Amino acid sequence: MLEFIRQLGRGGIGQFAKLGRANLFMLKVLGGFPGLVRRPGLLVAQLWSVGVLSLMIIVVSGLFVGMVLGLQVYNTLVDFGAEESLGVAVALSIVRELGPVVTALLFAGRAGSALAAEIGLMKATEQLSGMEMMAVDPIHRVVAPRFLAGFISMPLLAAIFSAVGIYGGYFVGVALLGVDDGAYWSQMQAKVDLFDDILNGVIKSLVFGWVVTWIAVFEGYDAIPTSEGVSRATTRTVVYAAFAVLGLDFVLTALMFGD
Amino acid sequence: MKSNKTTELMVGMFIAAGVAALFVLAMQVSNLSSFGNGDTYRVTARFENIGGLKVRSAVTVGGVRVGRVASIDYDSERFQAVVGLDLESKYNRFPEDTSAAIYTAGLLGEQYVALEPGGSEDVLKDGSQIELTQSALVLEKLISKFLFQKASEGDQK
Amino acid sequence: MNDIPEPTDSASLVSIRGLRFSRGGRTIFDGVDLDIPRGKVTAIMGPSGTGKTTLLRLIGGQLEPEAGSVRVDGQEVARLSRGALYALRKRMGMLFQSGALLTDLNVFDNVAFPLREHTELPEAMIRDLVLMKLQAVGLRGARELMPSELSGGMARRIALARAIALDPMMIMYDEPFTGQDPISMGALVELIRLLNDALGLTSIIVSHDVKETAAISDYIYVISQGKVVGQGTPDGLQQTDSDWVRQFMQGLPDGPVPFHYPATDYAEDLLNHDA
Repeated sequence: MLEFIRQLGRGGIGQFAKLGRANLFMLKVLGGFPGLVRRPGLLVAQLWSVGVLSLMIIVVSGLFVGMVLGLQVYNTLVDFGAEESLGVAVALSIVRELGPVVTALLFAGRAGSALAAEIGLMKATEQLSGMEMMAVDPIHRVVAPRFLAGFISMPLLAAIFSAVGIYGGYFVGVALLGVDDGAYWSQMQAKVDLFDDILNGVIKSLVFGWVVTWIAVFEGYDAIPTSEGVSRATTRTVVYAAFAVLGLDFVLTALMFGD
Repeated sequence: MKSNKTTELMVGMFIAAGVAALFVLAMQVSNLSSFGNGDTYRVTARFENIGGLKVRSAVTVGGVRVGRVASIDYDSERFQAVVGLDLESKYNRFPEDTSAAIYTAGLLGEQYVALEPGGSEDVLKDGSQIELTQSALVLEKLISKFLFQKASEGDQK
Repeated sequence: MNDIPEPTDSASLVSIRGLRFSRGGRTIFDGVDLDIPRGKVTAIMGPSGTGKTTLLRLIGGQLEPEAGSVRVDGQEVARLSRGALYALRKRMGMLFQSGALLTDLNVFDNVAFPLREHTELPEAMIRDLVLMKLQAVGLRGARELMPSELSGGMARRIALARAIALDPMMIMYDEPFTGQDPISMGALVELIRLLNDALGLTSIIVSHDVKETAAISDYIYVISQGKVVGQGTPDGLQQTDSDWVRQFMQGLPDGPVPFHYPATDYAEDLLNHDA
């Protein structure tokens, strides 16, 4: 029993120490941003692998989420004769919740795991050490552009997801199920607010982008430099990122839509 | 390894697509397009009861949106709600004796302020106050009124 | 840190005094003193797990000693500011066991990497410099290959070209001979000696391949159990009066001191097992 409590304590201290390392790490990453201004090429290359390569899964998922939402919500609304409100229901659920959250989860799976694995592998093959010995700070040269690329890509991806999703709902609702075209858009425009809904959705996606990329690059950098350590870091990235996104989503929703 | 130019092109397109999506969300999905983008002027109106009126609710004349509710306060001396209305500057010829009423869009819809122009020569200006107002209809009040009416009809019989 | 003797002769580029370092509760170095003379090839040898790589990291300032001093070119490495440390590292090259080539860049860009990071040279000049370095290691023709397409020996030679890209004052080799076929081993042995003499470098080789290392080094330190247990020229060490060093240098399977990591006496261990 005592041993169990001690183990609990040891685990707690370990996690706490890790949190501290993660924060110090973040500071160092931020310190690398000024250097990126001089070398935008590094950022562009990462925007490619973090953003562009995630585009496909985001567009396809956005389309299908919007279509499913259109179908489901239509079936509910039609019972009340309120199918004109389809546009509002689809737009609000996507813009406020599904857009940022689902994008962040997909982003963690697609880009986050790739980032963690890439950085972890660079560590395991002594590439990061090698850079240090060449007097190049790997946090500035390797991590900072990846982090910034993730932070920039995430809101853009979430916006694309939301826009595509709303058109997916439009396709099912208007083109297939016969909701009035004007009603779909006008009800939406009447109820969706630029600041309360769209901007808050964007804020969410910014926060998620920050956290998911942070977890990914930190787990990669903090990985035990063996193949097993890297694979564990990759798994942890996805799991922690998912927890963080869902937890933060609740907090942010309560803060922003709470009144 | 793909060439640098392709990468740059694709990244550029990605960023453009993301910004375009944000633009679509702002213009097509939200109520930005129905905001006046020009200047506004502020008039106030006092109501006994504003019901479910909210800041940013619509202000219409004859069904046309001409502005929005900018502020809602309570005057604790006169026991009235004070509603500030931002009207678009291009609609600047409302007579001074224009009246304001709070209506509901549809049975369960949002509440909005409807203006009814009067016949005065002078027009509303920034800082003017609308004197003639009609409060929101509160459903419970209506029902109780209706019930009392029925009851009193019953008494008369 | 109590009184640290000043390095006595300026002929040594690296001087280590009273070095103590431990990791994970295990003492790796306990009072190590050694000097690396300028312009020579110095080997640091010892069985696996004696922390030879750790020693290189201490010299490169990636780790900090618990006690004692590590001086490179008169500068105390652990007390340097970040900027000064990086300036010092630009003058050191290090060849990692795996080569540590950047996997997302091809051979040419790998060698150009330190030049592009640290200089503002025009691209034409970088190209010339890179081709010169690649020529020096005999792999100018491989410039378009990716690291994944290289054999282990080639990767190490490319890494060597990269290590000399900034014309450093010294190069540290971490187990350069491990896992090489005889031909690439021969090429590497040749290269290390050649580069050292042609470029006026100081070389530190960490290795446990006795024959190859002894063939090219001017001076050898043998480390075991956190201490320097023997030193001398390759010939001198062969005639050492220490049984342990002789066992190590000649690769004898059985010797007076257990060859493997701390254990009780071999014979005693076997007897215990019987009992």
